[in-house]
Amino acid sequence: MSAANIHMDPLIAVDDVHTYYGKSHVLYGVSLEVRRGEVVGLLGRNGVGKSTTLKTIMGLVHPDRGEIRFEGKRITSLPAHRLARLGIGYVPEDRRIFSRLTVIENLRTGLDRGGVTEARKKELLDKVFAYFPVLAERRNQAGGTLSGGEQQMLAIARAMMLEPKIILLDEPTEGLMPRMVSQIREIIDVLRREGVAILLVEQNVALTLAASARIYFMEKGAVRHHAAATDLNVDDAVIHKYLGV
Amino acid sequence: MTQRATIAYWTGFCVVLALLIVAPLVLPEFWRRFLTEILIWGLLAMSSDILIGYTGMVSFGHSAFFGLGMYGAAAALLTLTPPMLSLAILYGLIAATGVAAFVAYFATRLRDIYFAITTLIFSQIFYVIIFTWTEVTGGENGLTFSRPPLAIPGLLSVPFTPDTLHWFVLATVTASYLILRRITQSPFGMVLQSIRENEARTRAIGYAVERYKIAAVMLSGLFAGLAGVLYALQNKFAAPDFVFFLVSGEVVIFNVMGGIGTLVGPIVGAGAFLLLREAFSRFFTEFYLIPLGVIFIAMVIFMPQGLLGFMRRWLNR
Amino acid sequence: MALLAFFASIPYDQILIQTVNGVVTGMILALVASGLTLIFGIMDVVNFAHGELFMLGAYMGVVVLAATGNFWIALILATLVIALLGAALQVTTLRPLIGRDPLTTILATFGISLVLQNYALWQFGPVARKIQEPFTGHFTLFYLEYPWYRLMIAGLSAAIIGAFWLFLKYSIYGIWIRATAQDRIMAQAMGIPVPWVYTFVFAIGAGMAAASGVLFGPLVGVNHAMGLDWVLKAFIVVVVGGMGNLGGSIAASIFISLMETYASIWVSPTLAVIVSFVVLILTLLFRPTGLFVPTPK
Repeated sequence: MSAANIHMDPLIAVDDVHTYYGKSHVLYGVSLEVRRGEVVGLLGRNGVGKSTTLKTIMGLVHPDRGEIRFEGKRITSLPAHRLARLGIGYVPEDRRIFSRLTVIENLRTGLDRGGVTEARKKELLDKVFAYFPVLAERRNQAGGTLSGGEQQMLAIARAMMLEPKIILLDEPTEGLMPRMVSQIREIIDVLRREGVAILLVEQNVALTLAASARIYFMEKGAVRHHAAATDLNVDDAVIHKYLGV
Repeated sequence: MTQRATIAYWTGFCVVLALLIVAPLVLPEFWRRFLTEILIWGLLAMSSDILIGYTGMVSFGHSAFFGLGMYGAAAALLTLTPPMLSLAILYGLIAATGVAAFVAYFATRLRDIYFAITTLIFSQIFYVIIFTWTEVTGGENGLTFSRPPLAIPGLLSVPFTPDTLHWFVLATVTASYLILRRITQSPFGMVLQSIRENEARTRAIGYAVERYKIAAVMLSGLFAGLAGVLYALQNKFAAPDFVFFLVSGEVVIFNVMGGIGTLVGPIVGAGAFLLLREAFSRFFTEFYLIPLGVIFIAMVIFMPQGLLGFMRRWLNR
Repeated sequence: MALLAFFASIPYDQILIQTVNGVVTGMILALVASGLTLIFGIMDVVNFAHGELFMLGAYMGVVVLAATGNFWIALILATLVIALLGAALQVTTLRPLIGRDPLTTILATFGISLVLQNYALWQFGPVARKIQEPFTGHFTLFYLEYPWYRLMIAGLSAAIIGAFWLFLKYSIYGIWIRATAQDRIMAQAMGIPVPWVYTFVFAIGAGMAAASGVLFGPLVGVNHAMGLDWVLKAFIVVVVGGMGNLGGSIAASIFISLMETYASIWVSPTLAVIVSFVVLILTLLFRPTGLFVPTPK
């Protein structure tokens, strides 16, 4: 691939994806893209299929129709563990850290990959502990003993161990205290500075508008609207249309 | 549509029944016996289908019910004079149902895999007891006895001929099928199937799931015991080998091969298994289980619905 | 006086011997049960064929011993070969079943056990074979003679289980295995190749069973049906010890073996197995999650 191509292909391209859970048609032709280093928001009410979209990109669910491309290459039917190795990180709703593994062991699940030198591993660990000093303190504690906010940090740190090119973040501020929300905002900024793209699913509109470059709006299993974050305000009609009760 | 389906179903039923009735008159002795054995094992497998196919509980304990039915009949035929058919059946059914109640009490509170393992261990418990309690059960050698006459008290009493034995077995199996079919289509049967689909939800609706499960195990055990009685009548002996858990395993194989949840499927499965065994024995002598086992594994992976599985909805009308 | 008579009648030397026997058999059973509980705890698979892997391990031991004359080479080779066999079986028959009803795996492994058993019967015939102990020699236990070999198997089994436990706790593959057991989906999302983790775990379980078979071989004859007894006992141990609980199955193995060997002082061995059945029934009645599980869930 020539240098020109690399810049032309979006990092992630989701193309008319239809996903079913059993007989239930959940995604009705979702299309979106995330470019290198971009923070893209995905907003919508509960149940419209935002999490399913992330899971489909991550290879945890396979679509019936449609295509997903990563750096221009088709990844639609690849298993999740291959995608993680290719550079897609996933931070699910409710975090799902390994509760009976220690903090360090949780991090090691992503850290100990082939082709990473011991020096680099130390670097990554030090970096993550610098960003999340709380995790350093609790490094030998079992993940299940951490508080909600600490678990969220661990979940993100764990994904960072993969040195991903993009992180799929599913509702990181859910259930967190307001003080932690600004911490999440800082983490997103840090990731962006590191050149990591983010696809951010959130209920917190203000955070999403502030952190993202572009926003997709989903309704009933498909992407219905798309705008630059700078063109939107928290109390816009569009916001109410897709997120209002 | 339902009208036509029902007519088609009963026509098919009558055709098959007619063939089975005529069979002993046209088949050579070996195949006649073979067919009777298929029916008996089929009844055993059918009883197991109540648990596996309709309630969603895989049991490896049917060898115990089968064996106790056999030994119960043996007890009646050896201890009472004159040996009476009706009492043989009665003793066998009581023994089998008693064992089923015992097993049910312990095992039904466990789910899935734990239930399967526990029923397996229980059938082994009974195996060991029967095997070692030589004074009562004849131990390793089992018990032999003579066949009682076909007797309806007060009406007639004639000794069995090979043909009449076959018809008796056929009548019993057919009656069992019709009874079980009726039961699975009754409200009770519907609850069982609901337990299979979603046990938690069934309980949430308010059904005493444990009681239904216990009833299902006992019902299943009753008909398994009946199969044991028929086997005793056919072969005139009872042996501990039939209580060994491998027999339970074979029964499960019949179910899976034939198609669970269909009642007739397991009978077909038993037939298929026994026919394949016959065929393979010609080439592989006593190692027929190697190719047969491979076929079974392949069916579990590629054809889990079994031979008749595709007809499941139709057969349950 | 009656009290004295009672105490005098207790067969102390028998009890002593049977205690040691119980621990020895218990450790072998623990090794077999560990493999089974590992496979169930990590993969949710009830491996009916576990007894047959034990049996084939013993036969492999016989074959390699006959070829090389060295017991230890036989032990190592048998373990490796059967571990590979386990991996092959998992890839061909169990992988297609991942995500399906767990009962299908019981059926599949049951089918495998039938095939393996009859295969052994076909290849080796019905006559039992013998594995020669690598060394003879007794030591004196108080005033009795007890074979060194038996003590060695207990020690070796404990060492194998211990080594595996360390592997599980400290190595990266151990972390992968534990992560997969806790959350298969997130393990995949972290790049852990879960299908291969399963294959590896099954292979380890198979290897442990095979090693037990070779170690136990000199104590009994090696024949195609030897797996049946063991798989039954192993299942009882796993249920009593708490399914998926490694420490529990080890404790349960020793407990049940001790009960059985004590019982065999007074009744025949065939009846002594009833002890394990009784323990199972009592466990199911009063502590269905496992006798040695700290608190019922």
